Amino acid sequence: MTLILDAIITGLLSGSIYALMASGLTLIFGVMDIINVGQGALVILGAYMSFFLQQQFHIDLFVGLLITMPAMFLLGLGLEVAFIRPIKRNRTTLSILITFAISLIIEGVLSLLFTTNLVQMHAWYVDTSLRIGKFYLAWVYLFDFGLSVVLLGGLYFILYRTKFGFGLRASMQNRTAAQLIGINVERVSAITFGIGVSLAAAGGMAYGATTTFNPNSLYDLISRLLVIIILGGMGSLRGALIAALGMLVIEDVTSVVWSPVWANTVFFMLLVVVLVLRPQGLFGQLEGRKQ
Amino acid sequence: MRTIKPVGLIALLVISIVFPLIIKSPAVTTVAFFTLIFAAAATAWNIFSGYTGYIALGHAAYFGIGSYAMAIMCKDWGLQGGYLPFLLLPLAGVAAGIFAVPMGWIALRTRKHTFVVVTIAMFFIMQLMAFNLRGVTNGSVGMTLPIPTNWSGVFFNIPFYYVALLILLIALLHSWWIRHSKYGLGLLAIRDDEERALGLGVNTGQFKLSAFVISAFYVGMIGALHAYYIESLYPAFAFDPLFDLVVALMTFLGGLGTLAGPILGAIILEPTQQYFTMRFSQNGYYLIIYGAMFLAIILFLPEGILPTLRRRLARTNSESSGLQTNIQKDEEAPAAEATIHSDEVKR
Repeated sequence: MTLILDAIITGLLSGSIYALMASGLTLIFGVMDIINVGQGALVILGAYMSFFLQQQFHIDLFVGLLITMPAMFLLGLGLEVAFIRPIKRNRTTLSILITFAISLIIEGVLSLLFTTNLVQMHAWYVDTSLRIGKFYLAWVYLFDFGLSVVLLGGLYFILYRTKFGFGLRASMQNRTAAQLIGINVERVSAITFGIGVSLAAAGGMAYGATTTFNPNSLYDLISRLLVIIILGGMGSLRGALIAALGMLVIEDVTSVVWSPVWANTVFFMLLVVVLVLRPQGLFGQLEGRKQ
Repeated sequence: MRTIKPVGLIALLVISIVFPLIIKSPAVTTVAFFTLIFAAAATAWNIFSGYTGYIALGHAAYFGIGSYAMAIMCKDWGLQGGYLPFLLLPLAGVAAGIFAVPMGWIALRTRKHTFVVVTIAMFFIMQLMAFNLRGVTNGSVGMTLPIPTNWSGVFFNIPFYYVALLILLIALLHSWWIRHSKYGLGLLAIRDDEERALGLGVNTGQFKLSAFVISAFYVGMIGALHAYYIESLYPAFAFDPLFDLVVALMTFLGGLGTLAGPILGAIILEPTQQYFTMRFSQNGYYLIIYGAMFLAIILFLPEGILPTLRRRLARTNSESSGLQTNIQKDEEAPAAEATIHSDEVKR
């Protein structure tokens, strides 16, 4: 019983990390109708940036976010302007191929710079644990959870309490109508992409601190992230949060009661069941006819 | 125009048949073999994704299923290396097709945008299965296939080359037949406006699923052939995410939804890729160059080579006589025209 409780707690805490990455992905889809398959690569890039700052300049992982997040925000802006904006026709499909290509380039650069050896981050909160009852929990999980709460709270504030957020949500509902009432949709899109990518940077640091990784980890990450946003309903932030937490809890509980090998298979099976019953995901809206 | 086309086609066929008899170097025939299997895979992929407009990025799953089916059949029936395993290729294709029925049915419950993501996710599920179902696939240890030991180094590629050519021709004929049948018209109608097609009496669900299964069948066959060629199987290579991307890229480069486009794309890209792989042994450079090439193609040639050429041709012709080109355009490039039209409507 305690084992299962332990699994649920770890699942919730690490689920918050995935919530961070997936919210960026689903936000980009919601606003721009494009699927950023490169999110996994961007997460790993963020992890390596934090790792690099810590190794070379001894900057604490969490303090390093103050550098990596703005840097990745700018990278996101650049990518949007250079590669996504020029696509005029067939946006969704071509954007998937383009972000896949970006992902390949990032993977290539990272494996040249850092080789494909597994990397582990170190800090006092990574290496020491907190004792709760009978089990131990590395401090970093709690710190990561705090980070997710702060960043997702900030995202919520931007979306629902600022003028930019109104513009963003309007573009999410209807791009053309938003344009008609004077919202600069292109600008909103670029900034949204930037926000999504900087959330990937934060998620990357949080992810990298809890596990070992190498440039190939991006395939594992992107498959999980895609499953999370399909399950939550494409473009639904709330859905992505719940799906991320649910996924990791299910995975951790399965690995305790059954076997770690089957942990994510169970989750994928859940995806199949949900798609049969609710093709639009848990919180998604049915895609209407687009003219 | 009318006479040039069949003559050109026959010339191409003859060239591809005598090619390995003239140039015997295994280095060249290897590249030729890979070009053929990717041309066939892209043609098969195009039957579903090109005609219906549903972009599937998980066909590597069927490639992997086909190759594992081949390996398992060879192992269980104790086959020796030689010509016999080639006869199993259609069975491996059927295995992939059988898997494609439920997977396609589930994936096609979602609409275009979500569909892409679901296919990617399903691909990863299958890859995971290959790692986890150790009893069937031997897990990450991998499997080996029978080796045709009595084929010499120079001869080795020849049978594979012709089998690949045969699969390509069959897939191409099938694609051509679909393109010119009422069934294909239904698929194109789905691409242009699914709701309207449904309203006009096209059974969209059945049409989409059957096209999906047909393309999975060919891709499974190609996977089996590839497995027999390389003689060993590992989950990460049998289920390779790059395959999804490469096949889509080839089709996009040549022209999505056209007959010759996927083949043209494969002929351009596969030798280039082989060259880069040989030139830069370090994986990183190769990925960067490939990604960059990919970006350039999509940004500068988003429609693909054939549709772009056709439009150029039509424009120069229309300067000389307006009426004639209109007729010709309707006959030659209904696919390209329809795409342009539907996108204009969307905007």
